[in-house]
This record gives sequence, structure tokens and C-alpha cells, in this order.
Amino acid sequence: MSGPAKPRMPIESGVPDAFQFMHPILNKNYGKWKWHERPRAGVLHHVAENGEQVWTVRAGTQRQMDVFTVRKLCDIADAYADGYVRFTIRSNIEFMVGDEAKVAPLIAALDAAGFPVGGTGNSVRAISHTQGWLHCDIPGTDASGVVKALMDELHEEFANERMPNRVGITTSCCEVNCGGQGDIAVNIQHTKPPRINHDLVANICERPVVVARCPVAAIRPAVVNGKPTLEVDETKCVCCGACYPPCPPMQINDPEHTKIAVWVGGKHSNARSRPMFHKLAVAGLPNNPPRWPEVSAVVRKILRAYQQDAREWERIGEWIERIGWPRFFELTGLPFTPYHIDDWRGGRASLNASAHIRLSAGTGDGR
Amino acid sequence: MLDQLESGPWPSFVSGLKRLANAEDKPYAGMMKDLLGQLERSYETKRGYWKGGTVGVIGYGGGVIPRFSELRGADGTPEFPQAAEFHTLRIMPSPGMHYTTDALRKICEVWEKYGSGLIALHGQSGDIMLQGCSSRNVQPCFDELNELGYDLGGAGPAVRTSMSCVGHARCEQSCYDEIRAHTQIINAFLDDMHRPALPYKFKFKFSGCPNDCMNAIQRADMAVIGTWRDDIQVDQDEVRKFVAMHGRQAMIDNVVTRCPTRCVSLKDDETVVIDNRNCVRCMHCINVMPKALRPGKDRGVTILLGGKRTLKIGDLFGTVIVPFMKLDKDEDFRKLQALTQSIIDFFAENALEHERTGEMIERIGFANFLEAVGLEPDPSMVLHPRTNPYVRTDGWDEEVAKWNARKGSQDTEGL
Repeated sequence: MSGPAKPRMPIESGVPDAFQFMHPILNKNYGKWKWHERPRAGVLHHVAENGEQVWTVRAGTQRQMDVFTVRKLCDIADAYADGYVRFTIRSNIEFMVGDEAKVAPLIAALDAAGFPVGGTGNSVRAISHTQGWLHCDIPGTDASGVVKALMDELHEEFANERMPNRVGITTSCCEVNCGGQGDIAVNIQHTKPPRINHDLVANICERPVVVARCPVAAIRPAVVNGKPTLEVDETKCVCCGACYPPCPPMQINDPEHTKIAVWVGGKHSNARSRPMFHKLAVAGLPNNPPRWPEVSAVVRKILRAYQQDAREWERIGEWIERIGWPRFFELTGLPFTPYHIDDWRGGRASLNASAHIRLSAGTGDGR
Repeated sequence: MLDQLESGPWPSFVSGLKRLANAEDKPYAGMMKDLLGQLERSYETKRGYWKGGTVGVIGYGGGVIPRFSELRGADGTPEFPQAAEFHTLRIMPSPGMHYTTDALRKICEVWEKYGSGLIALHGQSGDIMLQGCSSRNVQPCFDELNELGYDLGGAGPAVRTSMSCVGHARCEQSCYDEIRAHTQIINAFLDDMHRPALPYKFKFKFSGCPNDCMNAIQRADMAVIGTWRDDIQVDQDEVRKFVAMHGRQAMIDNVVTRCPTRCVSLKDDETVVIDNRNCVRCMHCINVMPKALRPGKDRGVTILLGGKRTLKIGDLFGTVIVPFMKLDKDEDFRKLQALTQSIIDFFAENALEHERTGEMIERIGFANFLEAVGLEPDPSMVLHPRTNPYVRTDGWDEEVAKWNARKGSQDTEGL
């Protein structure tokens, strides 16, 4: 036997060239598009300055895909869409065709294979989500499962454009919120401080780093049973879980006390209003696999109120700004609690420093 | 419990996991059986069972997300041994996430040989996530993908994989060449991506217009957003057609009164007049009437810095650091790269451990940050000037002189 081979060093090639993978019509008209329309939900029709056209069919996927699913999508692309695809930020797949007559057979093939066509215009978009129990090291819940359960219930709204504006739902399996801002965000909310395994802290955790991670300075060095460890001032702790990633013996996840909160009104686009963060609608929902029915019920309730009451083009956050938060809680039947009042830094800016109040004959007679 | 996620109209990831577990002729069937075992346990106990570690490829310090199962017996033997190592390789896709079926099939082929057969298209940071690789197979898997032309993405305290919208490739609202900006900027910082040595992550996102389909302002340390500085292009015939088709009231309710700065006015002859000087480039009217209205022709970008989610100091949007710059010529792209370099250099030297750019700026003050990276203050960077007098202003005259000098010069591009 010869000695060990010289290790192969990486080719630091970086971002792959996009044009080698791009549909020829897109490639040819790069930067030369003129206008577009949506002939039906799930289909976009773009026209270039030279009159060339392309139809795009968008379909939802499960994001976490087995190679057989990927190959099935490739088979469809080869048979009906010139062998090119692209993916959207929300894990939809898009097929492009240069002939309108190819749209219907492509949709039929996607329908037959179980990929829902939709997710354009004023639809409930595919849920952008995280890894969850499948692969994350700090998850409070699953991600793909929550998404599957919700999208099973909402797939009609994905396949149709009958919301006032688009609805982007996101889910996140911890408070880091990798799922991001959403018109509706379904996020883990811990309700108890971490439980600390004091025997392990000294060997696993870099204690000053952990102390520095805490947003409220609730963690301090301590000695328990003669071993150096960390302790949490539970009166200060906001149960965010920031200490858990750098110090796994500070277990934040709990089968009972790790709950789910639903947030509303996040918006990335600059259209009409500036981008907005989502705001707390309801917390304390149980983490209830495999289908999280309590979460679905709240999401449906919010969607129904939005669909019935919002004006065209209003995103959920814009709708609530117009009608006011008291009306939002009234229309959705959700309770308003002290936990809705922001006491984090800058939170005072969210208080009502005015006499602008939407009163009605039914308004309570407070003291 | 997982079985209950196989029914229903949305594509089931559980059915996919089972297809892999049942592919008895494939090397990953056992791994995926054990993966399903661990996941089922999580569904029963509501607990996650993965921990991190250190796994990588030769020459790089990041890009692989190590996962080891924590489900072990008293003697340390893994309960689900074949999925006891289940690492992720983060692979950068092309900007805009374009693929030929041939390219996807080749990735599948390599991944079937070395990994679990499970692929996330795509992760939240924009990577192809090849999920489920043993420690031993990480290197040969990467080597084959690398030979195919793919490179690892970012993980840890590093420049991360970027995302850009479909943009120029298929969108008339695109205001700059996203693919070029994405490729040039990321490829200029590969060393900071592959050898993580920054205080914390640094994310770029590229959106071709203020609709910001890449969610850049909230999700990226540096958001590059397409915009324009001349007038919105109006096709008055198409405006008339829109009014004829949707009605005057819809035009008023959905376009005129929705303009955030009340710039759009509908004339009696059913044409529009736009007060472009006061337009904030929000995109709403263009979104509603994509055939009649288009962004102007003098296009470029607005750059925002410091977006991030909650941890540690709370949510932050990116805020404007460059109100407008052209991004057409080689020289423009070089300017963008130079600005990026000075920001990353400053971040590397001045941020605290685990501190994002937005948090660093919050700590040191935005005006100090501007000075440090050589950007001039501009009223477009604030919603309004300060409301409190707690500031020492004895440098006032010098700053006024600088402002007057800038206003006297021809430099109108912010850089």
C-alpha cells in the first residue's frame, strides 16, 4: 500500500453561473421584459420588449424533498417545460414555457403528480419555514409537520387568488425565528426558564459566552455541588432560549411549557407602507403534533376576518392599521392581555400617545 | 404519528422520507429508517435530539452543519445507529435558483451515492441543503459536487450564501442586474465565507425593486434594492384601458388613494399625472397597473444595512446607508464592492462576538458608523432628525462646511 494520498483541495468556485441553467427565453430577454399579467392562479405571463412571451407555472412542494420527488419534477419539466425549472424563496417550483398551449398540459401533469398549482397574486403563499425536529439542534417543535398540517387546510387558498392581498405565512421552531417575518407567523414561545443540568455545564459551555448571550443579563456564574456552573435569575428571565444553543445543558425546550404564539402583520415589501414587523396576536397555544389543530384554528380565524374585512391590496398589517387593534381583537375574537404590551427597549413607541381612539356606543365605561 | 402527515392535498415530506427508507436497493435506506425512528420519537416526546459538533471538508472551516443524534443508551450506543450522524452540506445554488433538469439529476446522483437522498430546496439562507450525510462521506460527497461546479455555502460567523430575486431574468420591474451583483459580491468574499472568522454572520440579499421579494431589508445585513431616480414610465393608453376595464372608482380606490405620498392624480380624460419628485418608489401603483406603469429608465440601487431578527437586542430592519447609486458600469460594481469591503472590514474589527451589524450600529451610533466607513450623512437616512438635545454640537460649523462642499460638488450618487 502506498502512503496517504495528498488531500484534494477545494476549487473555490463560489456562486455557480446562473446563465448555464436559465431557460433560453429568459436568457435571451435578460433585462428586457416589458409587462406581465396573471391569466389564472399559479400562472404568470411575461412579455418582453421584442414581443417574446413566456408563461410560468408555479407549484408548491414539500421543500424537504426526496430524490424521487426531485426526479419526478424533473420528468415533468423534461416532458412539458423544455427541461428548465427555478425555485422561489418560498420553495415553490416554477416551470417556464414559450407557448401558451403548453400551459394546460403542464398543469394537468402537476395536478396528476400531486403538486398544487398556485401561490401567485392574492393567494395564501407557501409557508416559509425552518428545519424543526428533522434537523435543527435547538427546535421547540417541528417545521415541516406544522407546514404540512396548515397547508393541507389552506391549499384551496394557495390554489386561488381570493384574499385581499397576498398572505405570507411563516413558521419558526424557536424564538430565533429563522422563518422570518410573516403576515401570519407561527412561532415557538417558551414560557419557563431553562432547566439546568449543573453536572454538565462546566465541561460543555464556555460560561462567559453564555452570560454574554442573555439579552436581560439574567445569567451569572455559580457553583453547585462544588462544580462551576451557571444560574438563571428567574425573575429576570424572558424565556427566549438564547442561552440554549451555546449551552445545551440549559434546556429550554419542554413538552408542556414550550408553547406556540401566532403573530400578525409582518410585511417585507415597500409597497404602500414601509416594511413592518409582525406583532403578537395570541400566545399560549399548545405544541400539539402531528397536526397542531389549535394553531390551524387561530390561523383560519385571522384569515377569515382579514378576508371579510380588508380592502383590496391591504396586507394584514395594513388592514389592522386602518381598522385599529381593538377592532382586530373584536373581529377575531382573540383576547388582549398584558403580554401584548411591549416592554422591550423602544417599546414605549408602540403605546398610544394621543386621544385617537376608535370609540363606539359599545365601548366599555372604564375608570 | 408521522403517518398522519401522509394524507391531505399538500405534498407530504413524510411520504418522501418513507420512499427513501423503503428504497432497499439504495445505501441510504437504513439511515432513513433510523431517521424516521428518531423523528417519530420527537413527535411523541416533543423534544429535539440533534446536537452539533465539528465536521468539515479539507481547506474550508464552514459550510457543513454537523448533526449527531443524542438518543443513546446508557453505554453511549446510539439508539438509531444508522442516523447517528446526519450532517447537512450547504451548497450554493445559482443566483435566482435556476436549474436544468440535468443539473438537478446530477446532484441527486451524487447525493444518492453519499447521502440520505433528502434535499431541501432551499434553506432559509438560500442554500441547497443536502440533509443526512455521515462524517465519513462528507468529504467525497463535497469533492464530487465541487467537481460538478458547486461550492459550499456559508455557516457560522461568516459571510453567508446570498439570495437574489428572479429579477432581470423574468421581471420587468427589475432595476439592476441582480445576477451580476450577487455573483461579484459573494465571489469577492469567499474567503470570509469559507473560513469563518467574522464576529458573527453577515448576509447579503439582492432584490431588483422595492417590492423586495427576497425580504432583504428585514433579513439581510446588507440589502441591495433596485430603484430609479427619474420619472415612472407611463403608457397613457394603457391607463385609459385600465380605467375602462376596472372602472373609475377602482382606479381611485386602488391606485390614487393608496399612494403613500399622494402623488398620483387621475385626470378627467382618464390619464394620470404623477408627482415624481415626491414619489417614494414604493411600487404600489406599478404593481396594480404593470402594463401601464413601469419604473423609470435611470435605474440603480438603494442600499440598507443592519437587518436581523430578534436575538439579541430585538428585531431590526436594515436602514438606508446609500440612498441611490448607479449600478450599470464595471466601475459602479467596483464601487459597490469597495463599499462592501470597508463595511466588512469595519465589522470584523469592531463588532463584539456574536453581534450583528445592526446591533453594532445600535451600540456605536449610526453617525459614527457612517464616518467610519466613509459615507456622508443624508436626510434620506432618517425618518426625521433627532427629537432630543442630548448631543454635543461643537463641531457644527465644520459639518456645515462639509455639507455645503458636498452640495456644491457634482457628486449626486451618494458615494
